Amino acid sequence: MRRFSRGERWVHRGTAWLMIVCVVSAACLYVPQLAELVGRRALVVDVHKWSGLLLPLPFLLGLASRAFRADLRLLNRYGAHDRRWLSAVRRRDPRAKTRWAGKFNAGQKVFAAWVGGAVLVMLGTGLVMWRTDLFPLLWRTSSTFVHDWLALALGLVLLGHIGLALRDPEARRGMRTGSVDPGWAEREHPLWRR
Amino acid sequence: MTTEHGDAAERGPAHGRDPAEGHAPADGRSPADSRDPAAQPEADGTPVGRRLVLGTLALGALGVAAAPPLQRGLERFLGAASDKDPTGLTQLLPNGGGFRYYSVAASVPRKSATSYRLTVTGLVDRPATYTLAQLRARPQTRLVRDVQCVTGWRVPDTPFEGVRLSRILDAAGVRPTARAVRFTCFDGTYSESLTLEQARRSDVLVALRMQDKDLNHAHGGPVRLYVAPMYFYKSAKWLSGIELTDKVEPGYWERRGYDVDAWVGRSNGRSDDPTA
Repeated sequence: MRRFSRGERWVHRGTAWLMIVCVVSAACLYVPQLAELVGRRALVVDVHKWSGLLLPLPFLLGLASRAFRADLRLLNRYGAHDRRWLSAVRRRDPRAKTRWAGKFNAGQKVFAAWVGGAVLVMLGTGLVMWRTDLFPLLWRTSSTFVHDWLALALGLVLLGHIGLALRDPEARRGMRTGSVDPGWAEREHPLWRR
Repeated sequence: MTTEHGDAAERGPAHGRDPAEGHAPADGRSPADSRDPAAQPEADGTPVGRRLVLGTLALGALGVAAAPPLQRGLERFLGAASDKDPTGLTQLLPNGGGFRYYSVAASVPRKSATSYRLTVTGLVDRPATYTLAQLRARPQTRLVRDVQCVTGWRVPDTPFEGVRLSRILDAAGVRPTARAVRFTCFDGTYSESLTLEQARRSDVLVALRMQDKDLNHAHGGPVRLYVAPMYFYKSAKWLSGIELTDKVEPGYWERRGYDVDAWVGRSNGRSDDPTA
């Protein structure tokens, strides 16, 4: 059965690739061993800046798709079942957890919103560090601080996102092909109104 | 469970009974049975997603505003922690203590004790070329100061040892027309410069050792510049050339916006504690 439209899958694919380039170039600037291996600091900085700047582009293009806008609305709205899902996670109760998921469970909703906000913060602080001619230099130091620590948090959250995807082949198939097995949907997203 | 009461209240008096909740994990019903017919349509509900996005943005802005004191506290804590950390993991944290490797070149050739040369040229009476052994044979000066990078990290009490730059300048016989010193590096790209007055300071070294070990390649070995009172980008790694000039020529990062007179705490818009 249908889960994601072609447009939505391209939004995910474009964002994922830009994110990978952004994270890998960041690691080459940041992890001493990688920095030593790669060198070329000015070039790596360029790659990082442009992949970061373009990161919101797939999302913005996706807004032209009706399906994408509809899913954004689902991600935005939290019902009573989402609170139950979250409290099931707090109680470490996996069986109650799956029962209270719509098309997106509350964890996916929180992830989407937080990553969206975090990417905007990275973009803002990144621009301050980039355009020192437009912003006072003290802002640059403060932005570097937030950019560094948020990068660490974002990296861990992305690892969690990838780890959960690796554990669920059917969820990956949904994002790759657009369709999922109805049994899986019934199990994992019982409140999804199809 | 307070959430259960909250949920019941929201759904109104008609749904005071909730068959699925609370006992559900133990009763073994299939997930389909537990679908609450009273649940709201998926696209309704509170716009918490938008609030989370805006909340994250607000926290980010708050973080930027509160960064200076937060950063000082964290640096102090992580600096102390990294001294006692045998795994080296704290080094990977932002400002987690220790040095960061920055190179602007694609690759940096390695120079050994036999292949290394340092030239002194420009407005001098006696141009010179030093081997590593010749530099080692000259009187050595050891300084222990904090290292402060312009990007924020600081390494406390780091010993550097080498030949005072002023001695090398004196030996070359600086001409009266010289006003500045330009430094070039065997990575082929980096350059730095100081005024003659700055270069003659007693805390500016042609450094051969760091942390009481011979300088390794990653730290700019076998020979680097060490300008104790300035941000660390002034302390050019892989030093290969000293040239006396009639005016200051901005170096690599200085052509990209950094200050030429890079006193720690009094330049680049920063307010760090001075290192000298």
